[in-house]
Amino acid sequence: MTLLPHLAALQVVIPLLAAPICIMLRRPGLAWGFATLVSLTDFVISLGLLWQVQTDGPFSYAIGNWAAPWGIEYRVDALAAYMLVIISAMGAAVMLFARRSIEAEIEHARIYLFYTCYLLCLTGLLGMVITGDAFNLFVFLEISALSSYAMIALGRGRRALTAAYHYLILGTVGATFYVIGVGLVYSLTGTLNMADLSRLLPQAAGYRTLEVALAFITVGVALKLALFPLHKWLPDAYSYAPSVVSAFLASTATKVALYVLIRLFFTVFGASYLTEGIPVAEVLLVTAIAAMFSGSAVAIWQADLKRSLAYSSVAQIGYMVLGVALISAAGMAAGLLHLFNHALMKACLFLALGAVFYRLKSVNIRDMEGIARQMPLTMGAFVVGGLSLIGVPLTAGFISKWYLMLASFQDGRWWLAVLIVLSSLLAVVYVWRVVEAAYLRPRPHGAPAVREAPMSLLAPLWGLALANIWFGLDTSYSYGAAQWAAEALFRAGGLL
Amino acid sequence: MDNLLQIIIDHYNYWIVIILMMIGFYVVIARGNLVKKLVGLNIFQTSVFLLYISVGNVMGGTAPILVSEAAEARPDAQVLYTNPLTSVLILTAIVVGVATTSLGLALVVRIKESYGTMEEDEIIDMDQAEDKAERDRLRGPTPEEIAEGHPS
Repeated sequence: MTLLPHLAALQVVIPLLAAPICIMLRRPGLAWGFATLVSLTDFVISLGLLWQVQTDGPFSYAIGNWAAPWGIEYRVDALAAYMLVIISAMGAAVMLFARRSIEAEIEHARIYLFYTCYLLCLTGLLGMVITGDAFNLFVFLEISALSSYAMIALGRGRRALTAAYHYLILGTVGATFYVIGVGLVYSLTGTLNMADLSRLLPQAAGYRTLEVALAFITVGVALKLALFPLHKWLPDAYSYAPSVVSAFLASTATKVALYVLIRLFFTVFGASYLTEGIPVAEVLLVTAIAAMFSGSAVAIWQADLKRSLAYSSVAQIGYMVLGVALISAAGMAAGLLHLFNHALMKACLFLALGAVFYRLKSVNIRDMEGIARQMPLTMGAFVVGGLSLIGVPLTAGFISKWYLMLASFQDGRWWLAVLIVLSSLLAVVYVWRVVEAAYLRPRPHGAPAVREAPMSLLAPLWGLALANIWFGLDTSYSYGAAQWAAEALFRAGGLL
Repeated sequence: MDNLLQIIIDHYNYWIVIILMMIGFYVVIARGNLVKKLVGLNIFQTSVFLLYISVGNVMGGTAPILVSEAAEARPDAQVLYTNPLTSVLILTAIVVGVATTSLGLALVVRIKESYGTMEEDEIIDMDQAEDKAERDRLRGPTPEEIAEGHPS
């Protein structure tokens, strides 16, 4: 018996089964080693799935051997494989960093619980991507959401608790909206299988119920995506969570929500329904532009740098949604590419702040004055991530913004390209103020001298920083995969 | 007019769902007490459970179980079943709802332990006071404070 045909199931089942084992391990070091091993295994599996899709094309996996419209189906196509690789790669990178950082930020007795929650969250995120069943997606969404509430609440200080509570309320409202939408779609078609839905929904195109379902699903998923103006939960959650959790959630959770939106829009509802029915694409475009500017503008004024990065995430989500809302293969490819690049840069930036926090016990910009002299390698990685965030040439961020602008021009909307450049100038401001404080100011009087972060934190951090440069120089893998996924999606929808 | 009334009566399950949904949503938004918010969230979710189950109900249908061997064996046997799938889905959603509520309540317990209150506006006041103290710490002592001899 070979495990190769079951890779799709193993991708989700391995972290799911690993979670209870992790509880039994108890010892922080053991739990970390186990969670890292599982993350790396999952990364290898996702590469295997990507390879399978590239050689044999998209395929389905019937869970428990129940045939597709009745049983739950896992569906791996180009887009899903692309997302699986991003999520599991980010999980593995963050886990390599996690050990010392988590020991410094979470109470010793609770550390194994953190790794358990992390594994459950990984299960949920991977499951949301791989499933071909609309209700199963909700279950995975809640698995990832509940475990991320718990992970955020593990942060130091009581603010982490209120942040987790507010995320819980808003996240549940979003998930319930999604369930309402799925219920309405089910009442129209009698099926929950996504492939089945995409076949049956065009016949229901005239019904008001379908419009209501689309509205509920869009708002519900936009809440999870933290799309402006539904982003209120995100800044608190990211700023008070442990650094590792912020890095992991920023580089995966919102990305998966965007994937869900793309999957439902383009596979289930069909792009033609979006352009002919209620003006979803236009609404998304406006909110995306508002997010780009408001997120960046607010980020400038935050003294807490984790909070500043969280608001910057709101802005960056705007760029991704902008690409999707263009409803063209080029726009989608650019949006997906930015999704990947943003995962790289935000993981790098949050982990750099995690390393700063490890030594300094603060990420306030005033406490970090002059820190670059004492922690040159950490701040060097932060600067690389920051340049990528701005979109400076030779970094990954430049490539995705470049393709976004090309897609806008191709669409005949040159003013969008102007807006992208203008909002990037705001990013220059909030990255520069960190550089100014860390490099040009002297250390404040009486500030304790700190040493460079330990090697176990620096190695994964610089791995991510170098990835930001690598994918800015060689785009054959990143843009190639994004373009391939976008074209497969549009071809399946009959639009290309 | 009669027609309109008939429409309302025919779709009474949807009206109940909408009313419950709005009550729950209103409580989530308007109430400042963290436990009451969770109760509102529960009402909101329950309305969705009702939506699913009432959609799956078939008028005059029985529970989707084997009625009797003799009735099934007849060649013209026709037993009207309600749709079991929606109920099963909601069984899953109830489990999710219970998990969410328990996690939410656990968070409220810890919030109450660390803040001493579970009223949202009092918590916001405390957080703002904390923010102000933090800003003062970073700004350092003002000239007046130094003159008075309170360097802290």
